[in-house]
This record gives sequence, C-alpha cells and structure tokens, in this order.
Amino acid sequence: MLSKRIIACLDVRDGQVVKGINFEGLRTAGDPAELARRYNAEGIDELVILDITATLERRRALADTIRAVARELFIPLAVGGGIRTDADAAAAVDAGADKVSLNTAALSNPSLITTLAERYGSQAVLVAIDAKWEDDRPAVYVRSGSTPGNRDAVSWAREAEDRGAGEILLTSIDRDGTKAGFDCKLTAAVSRAVSIPVIASGGAGTLDHFVDVFTDGCADAALAASIFHYAETSVRNLKTHLRDAGIPVRL
Amino acid sequence: MIALIDYKAGNLTSVRKAFAALGADLFTPERPDDLASADAIVVPGVGHFGATRALGPEWIQAILGRVGELRPLLGICLGMQWLFEGSDEAPELAGLGLLSGRCYRLPSTDVKIPHVGWNSLDMQRENTIVDQVEDHAQVYFTHSFVAPVTGDTVAVTSHGQPFASVVQRGHVAGVQFHPEKSGEVGLQVLRNFLGMVG
Repeated sequence: MLSKRIIACLDVRDGQVVKGINFEGLRTAGDPAELARRYNAEGIDELVILDITATLERRRALADTIRAVARELFIPLAVGGGIRTDADAAAAVDAGADKVSLNTAALSNPSLITTLAERYGSQAVLVAIDAKWEDDRPAVYVRSGSTPGNRDAVSWAREAEDRGAGEILLTSIDRDGTKAGFDCKLTAAVSRAVSIPVIASGGAGTLDHFVDVFTDGCADAALAASIFHYAETSVRNLKTHLRDAGIPVRL
Repeated sequence: MIALIDYKAGNLTSVRKAFAALGADLFTPERPDDLASADAIVVPGVGHFGATRALGPEWIQAILGRVGELRPLLGICLGMQWLFEGSDEAPELAGLGLLSGRCYRLPSTDVKIPHVGWNSLDMQRENTIVDQVEDHAQVYFTHSFVAPVTGDTVAVTSHGQPFASVVQRGHVAGVQFHPEKSGEVGLQVLRNFLGMVG
C-alpha cells in the first residue's frame, strides 16, 4: 500500500535554514546539508528546499545549497522559491533537484507549467499554492503570501493539473507557523478536486495534526519545518505515531 | 565501463550520482557504436513512453547486440517498461521486446494516478537484482503506466491492483521504482547490478 509521505521543508536564506511565523520574523535553524542528513537518518521521505532569499546572488547560492544536500542524499528533493523562468528551473535541476516548485510564476505565466512538464516530466513539476479563507472561499495569494492572486485555490489546482503539474503543494497561510494544526478543510477541498497528489503544509504542531490531515484532510503527504528543526519531535517518532493510528508510512 | 543511455527522458544527474556513490562511473554513449565498449547498459527515464522514439533502430540493434553478448542491462522506470513489447501509452511504438507483455495504465478507480511515493516490494523469488533487500521494503515510485505480472516478475507492488515492480530474466533486469531515490534500499539494488557486471 502506498505510504503517506512526511516531507521536511528547509526554508533557506543566504545558505542557512530559517523558519518564519506567518512568513515573517525569521530565525536561524541551521545548516541545510546538516539538517538534511539528520532527517534522512530519521527516515524522512522527501525534502523541499525553499529559497526565500531575494538577491541577485540568489541563484548561485541556491545551486550550492542544492548540490550540498543532493551529494549524499538519495531521496526525492524538491526546490522552490523564486523559480520564474526555464533557466531558473534548469539551474535547480542541474544542481540535483528532482522536482521544481512553481508558485508566483505559475500563476502569472501558467504555460511555464507545461513547458517544464514537457521537458522534465510531470513528476518534476510541483505547483505550490498558498491560500487563505476569505468568507467561504479559499483565495490564492502569491509573492510569499503578500499579494492576492484573484483565484480560487480549488479551480487553480485543477487548472495546474490540466497544464501538467505532477503534484500540488498546498500551504495554508492562516495556519503557517501557528502550530494550530493543518487546514484540513482546505486540504480536503483541493485533494478531492484533483487526481494528482496533494502535499499539505502549514500549521503542524502536534503528532495528531498529521493524523488529522491524512484522514480528514485527505492529504497524500504532509510537509513541516519547525516541528522538526527544533527537535520538538523526530521523524521516526512521528511515523511511529502515524502507524499506530493505522496510517500507512515507511518506517 | 557502464553505459547510461540518455534519450532526453528526464534528468540523469541523480542516477549518475547514485552510481558514483557506489564507485561506478557511467558514460553516456553519443552514438550506438559507442556501446561496443560497454560492459553493461543502464536505460533510465521518466515520463511518456513516446520518449523512447528517440532510441531508433540503430540504438535498439546496438543494445540488443550487447545483451546478446550477455552484458547486463538494467531498465529504470520508463526504461523498465521499454524492456517489454510495448505500451498502451504510445501504441505505435515497439519496445525492446526482451520481456513478453505490454504496459498499460493503472486504473484510477479508487486510488490516485499517478502513483507517487513510497510503496512496498512483495518478493516473488530469490537470487535476483533485489537480493539482500527485505521483503516489503519500501521504495520510491512516480509513474502512471505499469508492466504486467508475468513469469519474469521478481517483486509485485500494489496500487489499486498489483503490478510488476521488479522484473528479471537472466542478465536483463528492470525496476519500476527509482533506485537512485529510494535511500539505502535503492543503493543496494544498484550494488546488486554492479555485482552482475562483475
């Protein structure tokens, strides 16, 4: 049976892992390669490197980080943050990324999804959707959650799938960094609307939050950052908890 | 030297890197003739079966020639599907035909397709490319089409229904999963292949 995946996200700025609360207030959480090594030893299923730097030197620094992480780890590695063009995607892939995650660029230039899916295969194209509830509507936001995307998350996820996305990385802006639990309502709405896997992100605080998102939220994978970075729980501990709750995991 | 066939079906960096971690340097043949010096052949690949169109009659002849000289061949993901007679994904194209059967799309009746993530290998027989891999070990998959379970099947995986996740017939082996992305289990499979090369 297909396991539910646990994915660790490394938010990287200037070569260091940081994690914000609601996308702001960053603090250093460590060296990416060192953290990646620790997660791999603990049994993480996949890694996401999210580049949150915005300098001209960004791409080269990011490639160095990807190379350092990819050199010794043989599990899937996705890279996102600031990937806007073919060249950005190619630089990430050449450095060792298995998947690239598109966010703002996918919404402003949806044909980029298709271009990259044709070049690298759909399995290499993740479309990241940041959403928050506005009345009863899950509204898409771009530019690190600062700008309304004027789209509904469910219809955008469907369109992304049609255009060739292989997976959706769905982040709840309302829950990100709050440790109040994943947004199961949002996740289930998107997961039921598409046939590609949906990775839930934002809000992980307890082990039971993961149980909830895999059951009520219909998530195929769950992503977290700070819950692992500060060693509040180990990946193995989380997976044991999930297995005991009847959720298939790789242990 | 082991040849890694590049037919532009996905990125070969991770396959090359995983073999390098085991001390094996792979070369990418530019022309079919380059295979004359190959001790073994790896056909990787992800994506659409139509991509195998790039491997025309000359490539097929060169690869079959080496296989006929008992050089080990490993197909990974799409490369494994190519070992069969063909695939419903691109019915107009023939596969290598080293294994009998046709690849088909997994039905999406009660599971999500594509099949993405870690799933288990249920071993069917011993002394194969998956030696020293525990029964039910989990490996990383990403695909929508699958190969049928036949006498050449070494391991079966289920996603809605069972399919062949590892196949082997003599020195021709194939894995539907990505050994280069399956942690230590995947590296063991590549190590076993290097053992076949000798």
